[in-house]
Amino acid sequence: MSKLVIDRLSKRFSGTVAVADVSVAVGDGELLCLLGPSGCGKSTVLRMVAGFENPSEGRVLIDGEDVVALPPERRPTGMVFQSHALWSHMTVAQNIAFGLRLRGLARAEVKARVGSVLELVGLAGYEARYPAQLSGGQQQRVAIARCVVLEPKILLMDEPFSALDAHLRVRLREEVRAIQQRLGLTTMFVTHDQDEALTLADRIVVMRSGAVEQVGTPGEIYAAPATRFVASFIGTMNLIETEASGGSAGLAGARVGGDLPDGPLTIAVRPEDIALGEPGWTGRIERVLDLGAFRMLDVALDGGPTVKVQAAKGVPLRAGETVPLRPLGLVAYGGDGRARRASIEFGNLTNVVSIHG
Amino acid sequence: MTGGRNRLLAALGLVPGVSLATLLTLFILVPIAAVFLWAFAEAWRYPSLLPTRWGLRYWEVMLARADVWTALSTSIALSLTVTLLSAIICLPAAYAFARMEFPGRSALLLSFLATQAFPKFGLYIAIATIFFSFGLVGTFAGVVLIQLVNTLLLMIWIPVGAFQGVDRRLEEAARDVGASPLRTFFSITLPQAGPAIAAALLLTFVGTFYETEGAFLIGAPHVRTMPVLMISLINNQLVVQYGAVLSVMLWVPSFLALLFARKILSARTIAGGLGA
Repeated sequence: MSKLVIDRLSKRFSGTVAVADVSVAVGDGELLCLLGPSGCGKSTVLRMVAGFENPSEGRVLIDGEDVVALPPERRPTGMVFQSHALWSHMTVAQNIAFGLRLRGLARAEVKARVGSVLELVGLAGYEARYPAQLSGGQQQRVAIARCVVLEPKILLMDEPFSALDAHLRVRLREEVRAIQQRLGLTTMFVTHDQDEALTLADRIVVMRSGAVEQVGTPGEIYAAPATRFVASFIGTMNLIETEASGGSAGLAGARVGGDLPDGPLTIAVRPEDIALGEPGWTGRIERVLDLGAFRMLDVALDGGPTVKVQAAKGVPLRAGETVPLRPLGLVAYGGDGRARRASIEFGNLTNVVSIHG
Repeated sequence: MTGGRNRLLAALGLVPGVSLATLLTLFILVPIAAVFLWAFAEAWRYPSLLPTRWGLRYWEVMLARADVWTALSTSIALSLTVTLLSAIICLPAAYAFARMEFPGRSALLLSFLATQAFPKFGLYIAIATIFFSFGLVGTFAGVVLIQLVNTLLLMIWIPVGAFQGVDRRLEEAARDVGASPLRTFFSITLPQAGPAIAAALLLTFVGTFYETEGAFLIGAPHVRTMPVLMISLINNQLVVQYGAVLSVMLWVPSFLALLFARKILSARTIAGGLGA
């Protein structure tokens, strides 16, 4: 039973703020993803948990104990690095056994545990190889084994798959998730890859410029991005700029109303949340992209911008056609970038769509 | 036909390069070969291409002299002491230069170049006057100290580069699995920087073994290393064979050191070639 609590953590590097007042809790056996563009401070948070950086302010609690004053070697954390960080002068077995030996385990015990963890990561029989004799994926498996064999309370992973090719990344991702769940490891995972975060995480923390933008399950974050940044960062999103005054805004002939402040307004609609053939907007199909599983259309709305619309692959559609279409769900963001409750009305059509609060 | 001509042209194109390489090799090898031949020559008169009388007479003469053996053991003891001391002093300092930020870091690092920027002899004389007042002239300790002035640059600069080349995450990974900073240094950093440090140690050993000016100025008259002995022997009576025999003797320890280094370095180089 291990729980990680990050409490009001900040880090400044000679004047610049890398991490600003981040608080987040990772539950027992949970996999939490820190997601954000490079330079958003997510790796710095991870390094402060591991003990490689000292926080300027804040606490890191593992099972209730503040570990900020402890050096990395005395923290119950294990880290998997982006670059594998395997020791090239040691064999696979020596790499994995290094931490066990430091703990003074008997030789037979070390050997048994190295053997069983290699089995766990699918590398049984690779004990005597050197890291240079392994592929990138195998090296990362060894790095994971080196960490997991010590049974850390908290597993930390810093973009562990970003150096691997796409296929391998997907496979290793699934393997890591399986191992993490089997061992019930409380895990904090850093990535800039939204697909990785959405498929791996129990919960996602979206970060930007050192601060937390939103915390939620992958479903919540995808369906209801709390800020304009999250809306633009996760998945494909149509972001339509307009202007609100008197509590409503015009959008290609439709009216968006709700709890809207005067000023710039961004309406966010996912391509799959726009229904083709439903009365509402009218638009002209400008381009049809066949992506195999579905088709992505560029539709120029009458008196409005061009939006992306996802269509099923069986529907006969051609560029140049004019089609009716209507958003089934939308989110509005005010000038502060925060999500607002909003709804959309189409002329004499009384039915009101959407919504987010 | 055309293929054959192309191959011929390609082969002809190689001629200047190969000739130059051969000339360079000869330029280096001929004097060395001459020294070897002289060491085993009892007589060698012009215009004969090879010694006119072979023999080990001069070896017998040299090996029978007690001062040759004293000088050889002094040289080996001196080289070992200097190499060991440089390692103890310089490696931690090099690590600090490579890994830590402190005020005056660059200036300090550059200052090691200063010892190489001055004409050596002038520097040695200045140091000798200081050593004299401390009673270090003519002592083994004095010669060790003067050699350290020489080896400092080598033993700081090469290891600084080697330590900087070690990925910091390798050290972090060791700390992460529970290694103390000291343990991390000895188990991870040092082996990773190993080949370059081995090269620096070898250069220090060989450099000290052959160094003459400092050893001569500070060591005289009680401490005599092999090169110093060689100079005095040749100065006293110009017999080419004495110099040649001593040269071959001097060459043996450094050759052994080189073989040893090759053994260590080649294994690592192979690993490096595989992408380690």
